[in-house]
Amino acid sequence: MIEFDKVAYSYGGGNLLSGLSLRLQPGSFHFLTGPSGAGKSTFLKLCYMELAPSSGMVQIFGQEARDMTRDQVAQARRRIGVVHQDCQFLDHLSLRENVALPLTVAGRDVAESEADIASLMEWVGLKDQQEQRPPELSGGERQRAALARAVIMDPDIILADEPTGNVDWEMSQRLLSLLVELNKLGKSVVVATHDMNLIRVAKSQVSARVLRIKDRTLQLAGADL
Amino acid sequence: MRALLSLLRGDPEADRVVPPTGVTASLTVLTAAAMAFLCVFALALSLATSRLAERWDSELARSSTIRISAPAAELEEQTRAAQEVLRLTPGVARSRILGEEEQRLLLEPWFGPDLPVDALPIPRLIEVIETTEGYDVEGLRLRLAAEAPGAVLDDHTRWRRPLVEAANRLRLLGWVAIGLIAASTAAMITLAARAALSANAQVISVTRLVGARDSYIARAFVRRFTLRTALGATIGTAIGMLAIAALPSAAEEGAFLTGLGFQGAHWLLPVLIPILGAVVAFIATRAAALSVLKGVT
Repeated sequence: MIEFDKVAYSYGGGNLLSGLSLRLQPGSFHFLTGPSGAGKSTFLKLCYMELAPSSGMVQIFGQEARDMTRDQVAQARRRIGVVHQDCQFLDHLSLRENVALPLTVAGRDVAESEADIASLMEWVGLKDQQEQRPPELSGGERQRAALARAVIMDPDIILADEPTGNVDWEMSQRLLSLLVELNKLGKSVVVATHDMNLIRVAKSQVSARVLRIKDRTLQLAGADL
Repeated sequence: MRALLSLLRGDPEADRVVPPTGVTASLTVLTAAAMAFLCVFALALSLATSRLAERWDSELARSSTIRISAPAAELEEQTRAAQEVLRLTPGVARSRILGEEEQRLLLEPWFGPDLPVDALPIPRLIEVIETTEGYDVEGLRLRLAAEAPGAVLDDHTRWRRPLVEAANRLRLLGWVAIGLIAASTAAMITLAARAALSANAQVISVTRLVGARDSYIARAFVRRFTLRTALGATIGTAIGMLAIAALPSAAEEGAFLTGLGFQGAHWLLPVLIPILGAVVAFIATRAAALSVLKGVT
């Protein structure tokens, strides 16, 4: 699905990540942890091609990322749902329109998907807020809306970058349960977080691998928990 | 054609994604209107000078004059000889000697109406009208020199050439002005499109991240700028045409500036200005959008 082979990423003259080799299998659940600035977000950006590796090979759905045309990148991104830490909403659109944005840009008839959008909004508990603008919502509501947007295209993999970074513990658990639910539906999930408590709770609900970015490279950290 | 229809029809959902930018929208319409207004005048100038050049060219080219200056005793003989030469010259349709009254009228602007033409040693004038094929000017000159040494052929080239050349230059300047207006419009639309793209950097970034193709993002901007330009150019063209129509009319022989305007089917040409404006905007915005999008991952 997504494969890294000896991937390095340099920024500002120094290596931020190096020697990353990893294969994300369908239906897998990974936590990515490490201190702030370790490169968790960079790793996720390499996964959805917002960044290109300095060396090594990144394969997305069997195709090498560096060989993809811009249209192929766009096409691949429709199969990857991303939950950004800062949500990345368009503030002039309603929450429902933001959730439907991947459908709109893919040229799908949004009117035909109204029922899906409604059930998705209900699933994330935002049925009553769907006509509100993103700035009118709380951090937790925004994160749940971002998750709804990430899954609207029925992606194969979901990447979440610190999805619980700005929410309380109760909301963190709620978000986690949504991600676990998605994983049980067969989606691969990668969650970048530094919240070890969340990882411990998740390990009791789902079979997850924990990866730690340490010394610029990935290490399996399951034994540390 | 399908792309054009899709552009005109638009996509309300997609249009919602890129928020309209009020100031750039108004400026684009205003700029397009001003450019179209100027373009109407440049077109009118071009067409007017074109008509003028053609008129001068055809009216003066088909006639010439032979002036016979000789002692009184030889004047009649040389006139007859010249007429005989003309009769035998291929390309000469007809010729006639200008009468005293006609000569008096020609000289009237300089000497007044009471000029005693018969008392003055005024040369004899023969008007020559040529066929559409024309005659060999140099050949006729040589034969006249041999048969009627006092005859001088004036084919009006001396007067016609600079006048026609000036009119042609003016016509060319009109087309250059139209080209410059189109280029300026393209430059201004490009700047406006880049400003709009820059103002919508967040929208572009987010839509790319959720899987939008470059063509999808570009289309939202291209459609908006093309339609705004077409609207502004239509307004500017309409005002320009009204202004041209309101210019005082002048006789055909009037100074060319008072003859500025459109005639007959030429009134349909300005209709092309909004269409060409829209095409320029389409190309300029698309190029600007795709260039900016290359910098977005």
